[in-house]
Amino acid sequence: MTNQAAPHLLAVEDLAVEFDTPQGPQRAVRGVSFEVGECETLAIVGESGSGKSVTAQTVMGLIPLRARVAGGRVVLEGRDVVGLSDREWRKLRGERIAMIFQDPLSALNPSLTVGYQIAEMFRRHRGMGRKDARRRAAELMDQVGIPDAARRLDDHPHRFSGGMRQRVMIAMALALDPLLLIADEPTTALDVTVQAQILRLLRERQRTDRLGMILISHDLGVVARAADRVAVMYAGRIVETGTVAEVYERPAHPYTLGLMRAVPTSRDGGAPLEAIEGQPPSLTDPPTGCSFHPRCPFARDVCRESDPEPRVLGPRRASACHFTEEVIANARER
Amino acid sequence: MTQLQAPESPPTAGGRPAGTVLRRLAGLPPRAYLALGVMLLFLVAGLLGPLLLPFDAARTSPIDRLLPPGSVLSDGTVALLGTDQVGQDLLSEVLAGMRTSLTVALVTVLVGGTAGLLLGLVAGYFGGWADGIISRLGDIQLAFPSLLLAILLAGVLGPSMVNVIIALAVTRWVIFARVVRGSAVAVRDREFVDSARVMGASHGRVLLHYILPSCLPPLLVAATVQVGLTMVAEASLSFLGLGAPASQASWGSTIAEGRDYLASAWWIAAAPGAALALVVVSIGILGDLLRDASDPMTEL
Amino acid sequence: MPASAEPLLELTDLVTGYRLRSGIGRRGGEVRAVAGVSLTVRAGETVGLVGESGCGKSTIARTIVGLVRPSSGTVRFEGRDLAALSGKEMRRLRQEIQLVFQDPYASLNPRMTVAALIKEAWRIHPGLVPRERWDDEVRALLDRVGLRPEHAGRYPHQFSGGQRQRISIARALAVRPRLIVCDEAVSALDVSVRAQILNLLQDLQRDLGVAYLFISHDLGVVRHLCDQVAVMYLGKIVEIGSKESVYRDPSHPYTQALLSAAPSLDDWRGGERGEIVLTGDVPSPLDPPSGCRFRTRCWRAQERCRDEEPALVDRDTGHPVACHFPEPIPTAAGTGRLVKE
Repeated sequence: MTNQAAPHLLAVEDLAVEFDTPQGPQRAVRGVSFEVGECETLAIVGESGSGKSVTAQTVMGLIPLRARVAGGRVVLEGRDVVGLSDREWRKLRGERIAMIFQDPLSALNPSLTVGYQIAEMFRRHRGMGRKDARRRAAELMDQVGIPDAARRLDDHPHRFSGGMRQRVMIAMALALDPLLLIADEPTTALDVTVQAQILRLLRERQRTDRLGMILISHDLGVVARAADRVAVMYAGRIVETGTVAEVYERPAHPYTLGLMRAVPTSRDGGAPLEAIEGQPPSLTDPPTGCSFHPRCPFARDVCRESDPEPRVLGPRRASACHFTEEVIANARER
Repeated sequence: MTQLQAPESPPTAGGRPAGTVLRRLAGLPPRAYLALGVMLLFLVAGLLGPLLLPFDAARTSPIDRLLPPGSVLSDGTVALLGTDQVGQDLLSEVLAGMRTSLTVALVTVLVGGTAGLLLGLVAGYFGGWADGIISRLGDIQLAFPSLLLAILLAGVLGPSMVNVIIALAVTRWVIFARVVRGSAVAVRDREFVDSARVMGASHGRVLLHYILPSCLPPLLVAATVQVGLTMVAEASLSFLGLGAPASQASWGSTIAEGRDYLASAWWIAAAPGAALALVVVSIGILGDLLRDASDPMTEL
Repeated sequence: MPASAEPLLELTDLVTGYRLRSGIGRRGGEVRAVAGVSLTVRAGETVGLVGESGCGKSTIARTIVGLVRPSSGTVRFEGRDLAALSGKEMRRLRQEIQLVFQDPYASLNPRMTVAALIKEAWRIHPGLVPRERWDDEVRALLDRVGLRPEHAGRYPHQFSGGQRQRISIARALAVRPRLIVCDEAVSALDVSVRAQILNLLQDLQRDLGVAYLFISHDLGVVRHLCDQVAVMYLGKIVEIGSKESVYRDPSHPYTQALLSAAPSLDDWRGGERGEIVLTGDVPSPLDPPSGCRFRTRCWRAQERCRDEEPALVDRDTGHPVACHFPEPIPTAAGTGRLVKE
């Protein structure tokens, strides 16, 4: 499943994003670094408040209101895109990098037909005429598995089911053959069987178009199924990276280990799950040292004092924990 | 199956939800203080004024008529705002008028607001034919320009404070009922209301503890705004001679009196007119702020 | 927890529908969200109800707790038909059956403190707990659900999602119910918090003997928590049985598709996973397919499926299945995933 990643399509270096809140600056993203290559899917996994969505939005230049990039670079095809003007972003979005969201209803214009919206991509960016654009739109809808595409061009978004709407969004995102696709919880709002269809579709498109993909998700199962590599985020930082096989088979960070243990599996026989104690930290007033230490079963004094840097455990494999070896040994025991 | 995202920041250590409104009001823009100051001034003036400067409609003083502001009267006092066409001190007249306007406005809003609250709750919560009747009634009434309706009623009932209040309350209840109904409809299908029903709560309990609290903030905002508008309505009625009787001062009737003297003794109309304008604008500003403060999403 | 023989809750041919008004450009008609469901929950056991959106599971929940009236069929609690109860008796029954909702951010009255939310149960049902003991009971309940005494005076907005669900559970427990319906009660929670709440639910069952009807779309969670499982599609149960039986030998094609589609932590391993991907969309409940409702998406469908609706009976499959051609597909013992055929 892993592919050789040549020069990275996207490299994020030490990204930091802050929000202005009445309680003070909230550091939602605190020094995040990762890279994505051609034809590979990197999953960013985290729970609420981990900063994964903000990271995705920042990479697309869609920084939320009241937030700003406080440091770091986002290098897309060798070019730092932080701070680009809207005009310059418009040239990139759709053409080089595209995004699909959790809720297709809010991303699609409800008063325009689907065909119009897809065709517009071609009219505006490729200068195609109406007829050609329409034809391309129908082709695209067909490619993403919408049956009876030619007729459905003239339907409005609300006439599609959730899964079909998501396919429409994927069609629009891939219309201009971008190199990189960011999928922010693309299947969270969909039924399980539809989710499987969409994940399969994304996989196929990645193979045919050699797409690089960033998949944002909170669902460890979806990540296991759809991603090649994974970065686990907690409290604005990446705490572990590696291939899915590496991270799932032998987690090297207590948080990852905790997450894996918290998911019911067929093997646990109904025994109580090992839940991670406590709650996610306040981002305005994070704990000193390692932000996971208040909840960590491996924590010692040093964890309270110093925030661990990512320790390299292998090629493109790292874990930000003072006691990585212990964690790995613990995981192996089970 | 949407994954409901918890808010990005963990729960704040805030207090009661009402406390949030007060806290937001604490950091107010300058116009708020201005408006508050004006209102306070007028309130105090309206309450204390007539005690210090009693107004007696019967006591006229022809010698002192139509004197400009600042003149000295025959009895030695200074008329800060001048005198009217029968020689009375305009300032005391305006102060007495303030009391009238305020009383009428507050009682009207109270009566109309209560009626509107009850009817709106019934219509919004129970729906069905009750809603049908109440809403249609309201629609029909709104089809009439409220002032004309008030004129009609006041004309039929005759000039008196009570009748003015009745006439105005009848024209106001619809607004309150609509506001309350809207809130009730929005809240009645929320999950926490279901939770009460599953617990076995009676309709009464649900209405009192679940629906009503959500309806109060918009109702209060509407009430604040309506106080100002009712003052204007009352003044209009009095201006037309259908409002407060001649024995009682009212800004409207004072303005009406001053109509004939606009060129010569302009202060007769100007003083109450300016007072009315100031009060209504101040109330408007305060109402706006109250509405913004109850909505946690807007910036003050 | 050993379950007694006498059913606590019994649904028989339950049908719950609602009318769609016909309007301009819109057909009227009746939507039968629940189209004939029979289900039993015994004291102290956990029954899982699994299905995707639109299958009617939430409507069943709302019918059981009396928020919605059934169109036909019966709901019996301890043998008593709910429809035959007077208003007063129904209120009494509310002490026995409670509900925990999905959305922790919408299911608690924002203007009531935690203590008030819990005490409300005793205001509505006087005689359950003597007034002098209310404060003590509140503390005891908070402790039982893993909250602290000082939380009693706070308002819902001051708590996280997981804590709010604990409050909801405490509130439900206040009336000492014998059955709690959990309607996607953990679906909106983060993974780590979800585990905490699942553990809590198990502890409560062990300590108090309360039964659960656990409604969810998440097969993994249902398997973890439930003794019996019923799979729903478009208003009907298509397969029902003990957890072991259904998960080990799923026989209905829809169950198989669900199991195949459900993501699992082991999905990164290649190999033995059989993948069934359904085509098409769920048909509209306004106009369900004739015969077997699943036939439009079923790869095994034949003529008989269009003409004759399959009954939910045991067809040599170990548990009742509503399919004319059931064929168990084994699941791998270790990972619980379908084995490639």
